[in-house]
Amino acid sequence: MASKFINITLKIWRQRNTNAKGALETYALNNVSTDSSFLEMLDQLNEQLINEKKDPIAFDHDCREGICGMCSLYINGRAHGPDTGTTTCQLHMRMFKDGDTIYVEPWRSRAFPIIKDLMVDRSAFDRIQQAGGFVSVNTSGRTMDANAIPIPKADADKAFEAAACIGCGACVATCKNGSAMLFVGAKVSQYALLPQGKVEATDRVLNMVRQMDEEGFGNCTNTGACEVECPKGISIENIARMNREFLKGALTKS
Amino acid sequence: MSNSVLFKSSIAKKYFMALTGLFLCTFLIGHLLGNLQLIFKTGEEGRRAFNEYAYFMGHNLFIKVLSYTTYIAIIIHAVDGIMLTIQNKKARPVNYAYNNPKANSSTASRNMAILGTLILVFLATHMANFWWKAKITEEIPMHSLVKTVDYPVGQNPATGEMITKPIEVTHYLNTNGTYQQFKVKDPSTGQEQKLFEIKNKHEFYDITSGVKIGEGYKDLHTVVMTFFSKENSSALFGVIFYVISMLVLGYHLWHGFASAFQSLGLNHPLYTPIIKKIGMAFSIVVPFLFAIIPVIIYMNH
Repeated sequence: MASKFINITLKIWRQRNTNAKGALETYALNNVSTDSSFLEMLDQLNEQLINEKKDPIAFDHDCREGICGMCSLYINGRAHGPDTGTTTCQLHMRMFKDGDTIYVEPWRSRAFPIIKDLMVDRSAFDRIQQAGGFVSVNTSGRTMDANAIPIPKADADKAFEAAACIGCGACVATCKNGSAMLFVGAKVSQYALLPQGKVEATDRVLNMVRQMDEEGFGNCTNTGACEVECPKGISIENIARMNREFLKGALTKS
Repeated sequence: MSNSVLFKSSIAKKYFMALTGLFLCTFLIGHLLGNLQLIFKTGEEGRRAFNEYAYFMGHNLFIKVLSYTTYIAIIIHAVDGIMLTIQNKKARPVNYAYNNPKANSSTASRNMAILGTLILVFLATHMANFWWKAKITEEIPMHSLVKTVDYPVGQNPATGEMITKPIEVTHYLNTNGTYQQFKVKDPSTGQEQKLFEIKNKHEFYDITSGVKIGEGYKDLHTVVMTFFSKENSSALFGVIFYVISMLVLGYHLWHGFASAFQSLGLNHPLYTPIIKKIGMAFSIVVPFLFAIIPVIIYMNH
């Protein structure tokens, strides 16, 4: 497929720092290859800005292979842009037409304060994870082989699907309530489905939900937007599982 | 600690929303079955059936418990909803300049708070128009009295016979709007006599002996028929407002019914699609049946 070149107009959120007032700035960018990724397009824009002696746009990225969870961006009103099942780094400019105006905004959530421009601080997710998103394993050298524990295939598959969450925060960004329940639901499910995780399941769900609430995320109203926009296709079935686990935990834990 | 978790946490708020919501769904079914009596039976038979039903609903102990549970459920559902909405607004202090939520969620699911508020407004007018008259005010016509009463030893005021044991007394009261002026018509002679007075809203007392001889029915059937009758100048507005409110209720249920099951953690590959279908059917059928009742009354009266 021959590559095409398109000219686009970008409206990008610029904000000097966390406390500064931000605004949308308009940029014209010509000769964008339709084979380039969205982030490569932003690289191209930044090069242009640097050549003009202007401040380049700050945005998060790392692996650019769709697996690290670092890239974000709310593109034309949707988390990770118009494509489904992809992260922004895997979104390609062939999804856009010549002459398009593209809006680019950061994730907007009280729990994800803006660091600069399009970069947000997602350490709230790390703190939720630290509150219980692990299994306590003795690593003194006599660790038991995990494969020695029989696990039903269906459970292993479901746990794996939940573990596919890369913690990018698209669920929070797209949720009209800024709720993190898909993320927390995935992390709770990933362990609750496996024998190794069941041991600490009660404490885990109570602690992770408490931390989630303390971080200032909103409440789930089951719109289902998160599972549509999730680049990894995490199902809201995981939120239901978290709700079940939480009820179990709240009723049994003294 | 665990006890407070069941009240404070974000997930607990979902449980309360879901449980009260589902309870109110069952209330809707009960209320609807009552309302349908307004159109299934006509004339004097319909009037009597509906008023007897209304009397039963107002006096049966089990129904009373149920009705207070309903008031509490409505309050919890509304207060919880308001708290959730405030928290959710706080969770995103700066809105997106450009947003496309249509791409990932239904209109109903994103507007539950506004739909709920509209339902609350409807509920306020609905209670002022009907509930107030049924439960509180005395300024309402009374329906004929048909009651088994423990009549005191003495003469039956209607027939003149001596009474020594509990009997069923059937009196025909002429209701001409103001209940104080009702008269008792003796069916055998056709003569009208004022023999009773009303105390405590709807209790009938024998004037001569001062003994309670029964309770009357409030004529709620007439209240409803008058409210939605073409002869009432504001009836058309009332009917339109009612129908629109039921449309709003339908939208609210379109998301709410299935959502409640998800909140309670009931998500199952086999049952969830069925629950969703039942929710859709419920959200269409129940508000539709509610809505056609005032329309039919308006057209027939």
